[in-house]
Amino acid sequence: MMQAQLYDEMWGQGQVQALGDSPAQVQYAGLRDPYAAFDEWLRSEDPARLRRKQREAEEVFRLTGITFNVYGRAEAAERLIPFDIIPRIIAAREWQRLARGIEQRVRAINAFLHDIYHRQEIIRAGRLPAEMVARNAAFLPQMIGVAPPGGIYTHIVGVDLVRTGEDEFFVLEDNARTPSGVSYMLENRETMLQMFPELFSKNRVKPVSNYPRLLHRSLSASAPPATTGTPVVAILTPGIYNSAYYEHSFLADQMGVELVEGHDLRVVDGRVAMRTTQGYQPIDVLYRRVDDEYIDPLNFNPDSALGVPGIMDVYRAGGITLANAPGTGIADDKAIYSYMPDIVEFYTGERAILQNVPTWRCNEADALAYVLDHLSELVVKEVHGSGGYGMLIGPTSSKKELAEFRAKLKARPGNYIAQPTLSLSTVPIFSRAGLAPRHVDLRPFVLASPEGVTITPGGLTRVALKKGSLVVNSSQGGGTKDTWVLED
Amino acid sequence: MLGKTAGGLYWMFRYLERSENTARLVEAGQRIALTRSSADDEWVSVLQTASVLWGYQQKYDEVTKENAIDWMLRDRDNASSVLSVVESARNNARLVRTALTREVWESVNDCWMALKAALARRVSERDLPHVLTLIRQKAAFVRGALTGTMLRNDIYNFCRIGTFIERADNTARILDVKYWVLLPSAQAVGSSLDNVQWETILRSVSAEGGFRMTYGQSARPREIAQFLILDKRMPRSLAFCAEKISDNLAYIAEDYGERLGVHDLARQLAQGTLDITIDEIIENGLHEYIQEFLTATAAIGAQTEIDYRFYE
Repeated sequence: MMQAQLYDEMWGQGQVQALGDSPAQVQYAGLRDPYAAFDEWLRSEDPARLRRKQREAEEVFRLTGITFNVYGRAEAAERLIPFDIIPRIIAAREWQRLARGIEQRVRAINAFLHDIYHRQEIIRAGRLPAEMVARNAAFLPQMIGVAPPGGIYTHIVGVDLVRTGEDEFFVLEDNARTPSGVSYMLENRETMLQMFPELFSKNRVKPVSNYPRLLHRSLSASAPPATTGTPVVAILTPGIYNSAYYEHSFLADQMGVELVEGHDLRVVDGRVAMRTTQGYQPIDVLYRRVDDEYIDPLNFNPDSALGVPGIMDVYRAGGITLANAPGTGIADDKAIYSYMPDIVEFYTGERAILQNVPTWRCNEADALAYVLDHLSELVVKEVHGSGGYGMLIGPTSSKKELAEFRAKLKARPGNYIAQPTLSLSTVPIFSRAGLAPRHVDLRPFVLASPEGVTITPGGLTRVALKKGSLVVNSSQGGGTKDTWVLED
Repeated sequence: MLGKTAGGLYWMFRYLERSENTARLVEAGQRIALTRSSADDEWVSVLQTASVLWGYQQKYDEVTKENAIDWMLRDRDNASSVLSVVESARNNARLVRTALTREVWESVNDCWMALKAALARRVSERDLPHVLTLIRQKAAFVRGALTGTMLRNDIYNFCRIGTFIERADNTARILDVKYWVLLPSAQAVGSSLDNVQWETILRSVSAEGGFRMTYGQSARPREIAQFLILDKRMPRSLAFCAEKISDNLAYIAEDYGERLGVHDLARQLAQGTLDITIDEIIENGLHEYIQEFLTATAAIGAQTEIDYRFYE
């Protein structure tokens, strides 16, 4: 498909030029400032050396065991996420604006969650329809009236951003449950530092390596009333076969805390305690990477072997902090997403700094009619979907796929939202044929605690490695890049 | 430390030790096969020593060198094959990743990657020496990373306990299967067959050089028994392993300020190799002595799991 407007973060605005019978070429505006020093370095490099470095990087990842597990495949279980050596570079000024917008949004999300599980003022004020909450599977009645320490519900947030032009950023979705990927952000930087140290003396890049320390501090600051002495923090993982296990062990290692599974824990004297070689020891803050549904077989899914029976009762009594709190999914639900500008305004009294992508809620008759009429131009997503599964990208879908999706939409309109197909910005990747533009998104990682909100400069850049593809998810062939935020 | 983590470390190092010991047994078996005309009987005793004979017989009708080597090195149906144990070691390492230094983790991961590649298909006779060397080198590499980078704390001690329980078990099983060639009656025969058997025993624990250094050229069964059972300088002898198990458990007791049932068992085992001479052992029954040692080692393993809460 031909796109009239292209935006490359290295080369600026692009125009498609048809040159007689030869394939169309893209004419870019010219090298953008943040990439100036990098471009100079790149020109002086021997491409053969870079190719060798690209292979070396993969070796480092394999040896370090930075892999993810693919569900439903017994043998080829562990895969590497492809890493591209061309960094994505963001100017200090650009980042400042993004950071302000992200902080505003995360504060609003926490205020929203508190309100939704208490007085529901936003519904009383008529800014959010009651059924958006009442009939939402992500709303957890067990959380009504529960007050987590410091009023923090979502301690760790990943706000997915996309860029479409020089000053155009959109929030694609808020990940307020258990966002993953931060270990890739950290390892990507480590790898770049190891392979190209000279780049970091030529460019002043804001460091990211203190994330584990900030995470530990942020979690400790959220300790529950029952804590005596220095808070004991632990990470709860579903186990070594979970797709993000590497990240769980990485973060536990970096923070110097225990990595526990459900069967290591039990409720002892009103506290959640872990079985150590010297008996049971209470945990104050549990950074849990197990979904709500599985966290407590007594309160939620009774078949779960991943959780701890009775942990919700300890939580409600102030015996432990769960990060993130159960029930935060109501804030990153794709149907709630469309109300985010209102939500930000309602709780902060300010206009949202970051834009939302215009969204049609297919449960509304007018919207559904529009979506059905324009299906081939739109992206349609499942309200509760994630990982890029179950979505339709209109412009790249066949007639048959469109027809199938049309039927699904008509059958369960409330299950879908639709958005215009955004022309995501590109950043070059180092391909066999040299530099080639590929679409990217950005997931900055945000920490919230009673002490405040901290955002690590940059985040995880995911890149669609296939030419023209807009799907950046690692489970579907996406790769990652190191993300630089330059110092002023 | 989590009980699960202690268990993961303990098993990780038992498995790594087993991979190395299995490679040694195969090497000794291959050596005999090359120096004798009909040696398939020898593979029965090799399989028996590695405690994998029963499983082998479920799969194959007769014992051949090729199948025995394949079963011991790379058959996934054999939970003690090198490929299986290296995979188990690496899975345990993933489980306890936070307790390991980056160096130790990477060495285990590298061991797994290298051996998975080397054992992807049947190992030809020509490649066998190289593969066996690789297995031992990779295990040594992990041990080097462990001693070079890990704190000497409870984590380290659980790794060592696993190592020495596995090693004690291995040496004792070699003696258990071959004890008859070390009895005085065998010495009277003094045939070349015995010489080969004695050499095999020493090779199975990489002790030919150490033995020569200590006793000179002529292998004598009494001395071999003395060397492998009671010599505390020999890092694979029963006495050496028993003392290490007892010491490493004692360090944990000191660290935690608590002596448990397992400490008495370990003390008894080490004591049983102290106040006894090889002649007394032979007189009272070499076979019985080894059997008791094997039982006691297994009991220490089981009691360690209970006392340090490896499982729920």
